[in-house]
Parts: sequence; C-alpha cells; structure tokens
Amino acid sequence: MTSGGIRRSFTAAAALALASFGSVALAAPGPWQLNMARGASTWSQVPYHLNNIALGVCTVIGVLVFGAMFVAMFRFRKSRGAVAEKWSHNTTVEVIWTTIPVLILITLAYLATGGLTSWADTTGSQMTVKVTGYQWKWRYDYVDYMGKSIDKVGFMSKLDSQSDQTRQLGSGLDPFAVKVGDESTYLLNVDKPLVVPVDTKIRFVITSGDVIHSWWVPATGWKIDAIPGIINAAWANFTAPGTYRGQCAELCGQDHGFMPIVVVVKSKADFAKWLAEQEAHSAAPAAAPQTAQVAAPAVAKQG
Amino acid sequence: MSYAATHDQHDDHHGAPKSFFQRWCMSTNHKDIGTLYLIFSLTMFFIGGSFAMLIRAELFKPGMQLMQPYFFNQLTTMHALVMIFGAIMPAFVGLGNWMIPLMVGAPDMALPRMNNLSFWILPFAFLLMLSTLFLPGGGPAGGWTMYPPLSLQSDSLAYVVFAIHLMGISSIMGAINIIATILNMRAPGMDLLKMPVFVWSWLITAFLLIAVMPVLAGAVTMLLTDKYFGTNFFNPGGGGDPVLYQHIFWFFGHPEVYIMILPAFGIISEIVPTFARKPIFGYKAMVFAIACIAFLSFIVWAHHMFAVGLPLGAEIFFMYATMLISVPTGVKVFNWVATMWGGSMTFETPMLFALAFIILFTIGGFSGLMLALVPADFQYHDTYFVVAHFHYVLVTGALFAIIAAAYYWLPKWTGNMYSEFWGKVHFWNSVIWVNVLFFPQHFLGLAGMPRRIPDYNVAFANFNMISSIGGFLFGATQLIFVGVVIHCAFFSKKKATDRVWEGAKGLEWTVPSPAPHHTFEVPPVINDDELAHGHVND
Repeated sequence: MTSGGIRRSFTAAAALALASFGSVALAAPGPWQLNMARGASTWSQVPYHLNNIALGVCTVIGVLVFGAMFVAMFRFRKSRGAVAEKWSHNTTVEVIWTTIPVLILITLAYLATGGLTSWADTTGSQMTVKVTGYQWKWRYDYVDYMGKSIDKVGFMSKLDSQSDQTRQLGSGLDPFAVKVGDESTYLLNVDKPLVVPVDTKIRFVITSGDVIHSWWVPATGWKIDAIPGIINAAWANFTAPGTYRGQCAELCGQDHGFMPIVVVVKSKADFAKWLAEQEAHSAAPAAAPQTAQVAAPAVAKQG
Repeated sequence: MSYAATHDQHDDHHGAPKSFFQRWCMSTNHKDIGTLYLIFSLTMFFIGGSFAMLIRAELFKPGMQLMQPYFFNQLTTMHALVMIFGAIMPAFVGLGNWMIPLMVGAPDMALPRMNNLSFWILPFAFLLMLSTLFLPGGGPAGGWTMYPPLSLQSDSLAYVVFAIHLMGISSIMGAINIIATILNMRAPGMDLLKMPVFVWSWLITAFLLIAVMPVLAGAVTMLLTDKYFGTNFFNPGGGGDPVLYQHIFWFFGHPEVYIMILPAFGIISEIVPTFARKPIFGYKAMVFAIACIAFLSFIVWAHHMFAVGLPLGAEIFFMYATMLISVPTGVKVFNWVATMWGGSMTFETPMLFALAFIILFTIGGFSGLMLALVPADFQYHDTYFVVAHFHYVLVTGALFAIIAAAYYWLPKWTGNMYSEFWGKVHFWNSVIWVNVLFFPQHFLGLAGMPRRIPDYNVAFANFNMISSIGGFLFGATQLIFVGVVIHCAFFSKKKATDRVWEGAKGLEWTVPSPAPHHTFEVPPVINDDELAHGHVND
C-alpha cells in the first residue's frame, strides 16, 4: 500500500480529529501547538494521518467506555437506592467486546503496515547524505547527487552561538530574544545547516562516532538512531523549500538538549549553485574539527 | 466465620516482640515486614518525588535557571531508578506481604527469614545508589535504561550495577516467597480458582520477576565488564554491538512494566466489587487476561526500539504483538465497568482512587496503542508524548492503585478508620493536579519536544509552565496522604470493624481489626459464600 493509498483511506475518518487538532505544515513547533504537524515530506503524511486516525479511534472508544462508567456511577449508587444485582457473567457481551477491538486493531495494523513498508524502501534515491552524530554536534557528508559522487563536501553543524550563550547557567540572556527574523530559534538553530534540494528522494545514511544519538527532523516524519558501528538508512523527499528544524532525540550526555538539526530545503537550481560553491571551497580543504577524526567502524547494518 | 471458629486458639499466643530492634530488624512476621516495605516505599516515593520537583523547577521556563545539564541528567536517571525500584515495586511487595497470607488463610509467608533478608537488602542497595550523588563525578546520568556507550562514560557505573544486583536479589527472593506461599500455604478449600484476583495477579507477577530480574543482572554485569575488564559485548570497536544491550535490557524491561501494573489490576479487582457490592464480572476472564498480558510481555520488547533501525519484518512483528496486548487489557477495563453496572455503589476514598485508576490508566493505554503503530512511533519515540504515556500508566495507574490499596486496607492494618474528609481532599487534589501535570505533556511531545532535555525552545514554554505548576501541587498534595496515614495509625478515635467495608468479602476481613500479630495459625474453615469468588463458574 502506498502512502497515497493511506491518504485516501484516511480522508473520511480524518473528520474524527477534533477541529482544534487540525494542523498546518509547520517548519518549527508553535506555541500552544496541540497536535503533530503534517510535516513537509512525501512520507510525513503517513504518521500524521495515522496519529489522527488512532486518536479518533481512541476518543470514540473512550467516550463509550467512560460514558458507560459515568452512567453506572449515577444510576447504580447506593444513595439513590440501587440494590446490587447478583450476575457476574455474560458470554455474549464478552465475545462482542473481545471481537470488536480485534477488528479495529486489524484495520489500524493494515494502515500502519502499508506506511511502514513505504518507509523502509530506500531504493531509487537520487541523493545520499551521510549523517554522523558526535557529542554534541552533527556532521554531514554529501556522498552523491543525481548519480554523481561528490568529493569532500562535508561539515560539522552545531548549536548557534546566540543560543549557546543564552543557554549558559546564569547568562541573564532572554531565550525569547533568540530570533531569526520572526522565528524564535532558541536551541533550534545551528551555525551551518544541512542544505538539500526539494522534490528529490534523499537517502540518509546515519551513524555515530561516540555514543548513540537520534537524528530527528519532525518535518520528515521519522527519526532514526545514530549508532556507533552501525549504519542506518532512511529517506525523505521534501515537498516544499523552507527551513526545517529538529533535535537529537536520544539521550547522549550533558549537552543532549543542545545539538539541534536544521535542514534548509532549496529549489533544485539553488541547490546546484550551492553545491558547486561548496565543491569549489573544498579544493582548498577545510580543516575538519578534531572530533571528526574519530573513525566510526563501518559495520554493515544488521538484518 | 472462619476466624471465629479458630479464634480462641490464638488467645495464649505471644504478640509482637517488645524490643524495637527485635521487632523491626529481626522480624520474620509477614505483617511487620509488609509494613517495613510500605514505609520504605513511601520514603523512596518522596525522595524520587523531590527529584521530580527539581526537574519540573528547571523546566518551569526556558533557559537554564538552577542547575548544570549534567546534574539534570542525574536527576532524570535517579528519579526513574528510585521510583521504579524503590517506590512502586517495594510497595507492591509490601502489599503482597501483608495481604497474601491473610487472603489465602496462611499463618505467614512460606519463607519468613528470607522475607526479612529480601527487605533488609533494599535500604543498603538504595544507600549505595543514592550515595553516588555525593561522590566526585556524580550519580548515573545516562538514563535509567543505561544504554551503552553513554552509560560507560559514567564514573558511578559500578555503584549502580552493584545496587541493581542487590535489588534484583531482593526481588527474586520476594518472588520466590510469594510463589511458595500461594502454591503451598493456602487453607484447605481455598482452590486456585477461588483465590482473590489480587493473589492471582501477584502469583503471575512473581513468575515474571523470576524470569526477568536475572536478565537485567546479566545486562548490567556486561556493562561492568565492558567498562572495567576489557570485554567488548557492546563496543563496536571490538566487534560488539550497542543494540544488543537494548535487546537484553528490554527483554527485562517490558515484563518489568507489567510487574508494575499487574498487581495494580489485582487491587482494582478487589476494590471495585467491594464498593459496587456486586461480584467481579468475569472472574476467570480477569485471571486469564492477566496471564495473557504476562505472556505477551515477553514478545514485545523491541517496541521500545522502533527507531534503532530494526529490519522491516521485526518492526511488523513487534507492532502486531504489541497491539494484541490491548485486547486482554480492554477486557479487564470492560469487566470493571460491567462489575459496576447493576451494583449499589458508594464512593469512599479507595473507590474514588480505583475509579480514577480505570479512567486514567485507560488514557495511558490509548496512548500506548498509538505508540505501538510504528510509523506514528517514528514521530512519538523519545518525546514528551512517551513521558506522558508512561506517567499515565505508572502514576495514575500503579501509584493510584497503591494509594487505593492503602486506603482500602489501612483500617485492617491499624484498627482505626482514616479521615474520610482528608482522604477525599487528597483524592481530588491528586486527580486534578496529576492531569494538569501530565496531560499537557502529550501536546509537548506531539509538537516535537524531546524527552530528557533540560532546556527547550520557547514554543514549548506555555505547556511546560502549566505542567510544572501541576507537578508542584501534585507533589504537595502527597503530604496530605502522609498526614492521613499518621492520623489513622496513631490518633484516629474511630475504631474499624472487622469487616470494615459493607461489601467486603474474603478471608482478610474475618480477622479482627487491627489484624493480630499472628493470624490463621490454625487454617480457617472456608465457607464459599463468604469468599469473593467462592462460587465462580465463569
């Protein structure tokens, strides 16, 4: 089942989601945000719709079960003169309330399996980026683009200096003052973002040079662990240019909260220009930071 | 009934030893050891709670206000370890110690000296673990799951591993004792399928404990040898695999979360029929559901690891197995509601906590079902959505059940009634503030706030502040509970009757209140009409 198929089958049931839970494509979290954002990649619709469907199913079941409880609590109170009945068994209702959940689960499992299968298919990618986690920054290496291998385009990406100064204990600086344009970027901005093209199936190969991290940009719809000695793979195809922010999602030591991820999605033309500039720069090789030389042993992914 | 028949034979029996040391440190009495467990658990609850207060204080607003990030990580790690191994598990063992012999008509636990040992190990284990906070290098800061390689960077690893070994030994001995008591010490006529559901739930939980505590001990021992003895179990540089640790840990860890909820199911299954004055609906289905959940708990461990890059087939298997758990769990919730239906309900404090348990635990179950869906979990994983989920099942689940049990049996333990007014004040404050505390964390997680971070983007400020306010008030509310317990034990003038609750059934209500130091030295004569499940054919 494709993600498009999922979207179609979700359309009717999506109405179940409460109006206040309706969501727009957000590049970064917003204040008072209640629900998962729709994301900005072709696949990010899958978790978004699955979340809304599951939430709707749970809400309906909750209203029925808790409703029955409240009716029981009001109808069968001793203070209203209720006399306890003696029965303690009813095969029919027991069969019914075992079967109905099973049917609901089968539906949810069917939808989830389709979405998962499309996620797991990293074939046919037009670009490869290697992501390496370090305590406490990310390294991005461009491996290939449109079937052409890229040499020596790679850089470290760490928390921007304004956030870094503000987050120090007793800095006296206001986190609300950390902004890029109108956007509050406290702890969600980096010195050098990952730049990728729009409408391109990008394969990310992800590993780590020290402890386990997790690379998570909510706009892609997924996160995946960066594990030393293991190379994980996942893909994203961004549907709109923009700046998408995320964070490390696996506890990795003292500055785990301070290693954000920023992905700048450019149009294909702008990206080609950007890439050419980077390749020109790398002719005079930029000194990689010390930590980048910690080699991650490349062991094939298990399974 | 049963107690009266044998009552006069207790008259010439010795009471509790007079010396404090002999009575409490040398005790082999299941009631005294149960009390020790419960007091220990309450103490640890406040220590773990004070860590939570500091965490919520730091997260009150964006920016680092109070502590360095590394200390914050120590707090989150210690909060979990103390609450899981120090507060929730010992509380259930304490309740089991107190009530299982009374419920099955046994004079004591099967192995009373081992019972003493399994309790007295615990204070030393926790002293050892908590002492790391005052050592150079600080306490463990890699999360309670202790994933390598991060956990191997900690200087206090050896202390924590040894403390966990001690806790594991204590749990295993406690579990052996409970199994031996239930299988060998029941009064004649107390058939397995006439046992209270609480006893059933503990029997199954004890088997889970025996099965998985050694697995945890093995996992942390491998951490120890990796750090200090040059092994490479989890070190990729030497051919090891960090993900192997996660598989082993969660093979312990998932049954562990059911160890913390199955006895709670048992407690709720005692309380709801008592205050609905109607036998539990579907007794056999309830017991079978607990057994089903226990079995399934062994084949779902990798749902904690959906983001480590498992093969597609594994993700699908663990997703389906996990979703399956909602069927027996749903049956339990439906059966509790059906028990209330057609009953004659009153709403004393234990019942209020039990009803709150059913609703709020179910909300935790709903988010659990959402987390089981792998594609959605790719977003939820390691966010505050998960934090909200497991606090709904552990705080409003396990903890509320423990509090309900304490109110339910306190009159039997102390011989006095607690203050119903202050019990209700405690309940309403708890139930309101716990939701203010944890419900907004769902929103934070969905909006993208990772867990275990000491500081956050300003977009998360509003809900974090609300959550912190709820946290402080929920924490303060628990002081009321201490007041109610102390008042009940030492100052209450209102004597409890033997039966205590009008609708209460079962052997524990046939002994006097307070329960004498020794009970059922001669097995009671069982009258099926007086048992909660004496005539169960379902």
